[in-house]
Amino acid sequence: MAEQEPMAEQDWRSATDIAAAVIAGTVSARAIVDAALNRIATRNGVLNAFTDVTADRARARAAAIDAERAAGRKPGPLAGVPFAVKNLFDVEGLPTRAGSKINRDRAPATHDAVLITRLERAGAVLVGALNMGEYAYDFTGENSHDGPSRNPHDTTRMPGGSSGGSGAAVAGGMVPLALGSDTNGSIRVPASLCGLFGLKPTFGRLPRTGSFPFVSSLDHLGPLARTAGDLASAYDAMQGHDAEDPFCAQRLKDPVSDRLNDGIGGLRIAQAGGYFRTNLMPEAERAVRHIADALGVSQEVELPAAGRARAAAYLITAAEGGALHLARLRERPADFDPDVRDRLIAATMIPAEMVIRAQKFRRWYQRAVLRLFEDVDAIIAPATPCYAPSLGQKTFVLGGAELPVRANLGLFTQPISFIGLPVVAVPVAGAMPIGVQIIAAPWREDVALRIARHLEATGAAVAQRPGVE
Amino acid sequence: MTDAELDAYMDASAAVLGLTIAPEWRDAVRANLMVTFRLAAVVEEFDLPDEAEPAPVFSA
Repeated sequence: MAEQEPMAEQDWRSATDIAAAVIAGTVSARAIVDAALNRIATRNGVLNAFTDVTADRARARAAAIDAERAAGRKPGPLAGVPFAVKNLFDVEGLPTRAGSKINRDRAPATHDAVLITRLERAGAVLVGALNMGEYAYDFTGENSHDGPSRNPHDTTRMPGGSSGGSGAAVAGGMVPLALGSDTNGSIRVPASLCGLFGLKPTFGRLPRTGSFPFVSSLDHLGPLARTAGDLASAYDAMQGHDAEDPFCAQRLKDPVSDRLNDGIGGLRIAQAGGYFRTNLMPEAERAVRHIADALGVSQEVELPAAGRARAAAYLITAAEGGALHLARLRERPADFDPDVRDRLIAATMIPAEMVIRAQKFRRWYQRAVLRLFEDVDAIIAPATPCYAPSLGQKTFVLGGAELPVRANLGLFTQPISFIGLPVVAVPVAGAMPIGVQIIAAPWREDVALRIARHLEATGAAVAQRPGVE
Repeated sequence: MTDAELDAYMDASAAVLGLTIAPEWRDAVRANLMVTFRLAAVVEEFDLPDEAEPAPVFSA
């Protein structure tokens, strides 16, 4: 890559800093949003993160926030923070695209997704919808209809997926906060490849109401950001039960932001061995060792049958994804992204016994892994086996074998989301960024976030700034 | 499964499900089926007793 200027400080501000400035009155929400819209206009041509920019709505919202502040009302904790959402989230007035061509024919959404409403209630401002791998069946961030999103650290490389636009938008300095979804890794993979903090909460923690599904059994929604504090703030603003989502757990809100800087004293942290120590490229091994050293980890734990867990997650994903799309596959097969279509067609043909067995295995695996959490509070593991591959790259060499990129980027994320454990992906800086998973017990997002914040505060984890052309 | 068996499975399934598989898609669909069956075998190898309950639980 040619010598580039590092991205300007202003373009890399955290949501926390932006909100503080807006609340203090040193900058208007309107100025913040205008700046974000300018950055989007300047950079989206290359990065292709956004598929829709909701400029009018954003400016109106910003003006309302400024008016409220002028009238003496206290702005919300995310006042003026521009954010964007993967385009499987319902945005009022837009057909929910979910990375597809077919969905563009849907009637426009009549309401925002619940998580958008909650972030805006906290003062944040939606500026647009983000590119993704079609129907979320993707780990690359490429899309045959809308074009690939590009990795801001090296625009010849993929951002990861399926929340590729989310990774590109935040790592590209366009917005400090984006929402994605994660079924088998689709928040954690782009967080890793784009050098961001990403949170996949516990399964059922955040409501999915008002989003286009992929796999009911496995879908999670969550934030990507450049700081652990921003993840925590967004997560706190989004928490709470929603009766419209039958998969949303009935749990009280459990804010984490005020515990974020509690440090790691007293936490028992181990490294995942076995499956999670094989099929890694050197950069992934180095990143995990770096984080392990930073946390003083000396203990290893083995998640039993992790390879079988990945296989079972694959079967459930395929079966539910295939069923969801069967009518579309019948009527408009040629209008799918070919890479996604051919997998979905095969997916419709899985015998029921294989899926039923996978769900039974899931209970066994869950119990076996939760036993580990009797002795540890957190487990660290690689997020991706390698740095971002090149755009269009079809295979890579892992463990001496040539394997398909698409299926294997999620090798280490899939066995964890399979049983809904909360994970923070933390970025390790280098020639290219790469992430490490901080995995906690169910409902202990606070533990994963505290560890992430500690790593950030000590400089071990940092969302490195890409150069700007 | 042989390629011929996979093809037969694909065609029969497509007929049952009302799917049309264009000739140029067949190789990719067949390859994905092979992956599916290989991974299903990995789960199949794991001994689960009759009493094993599925993970999701329905509440009336």
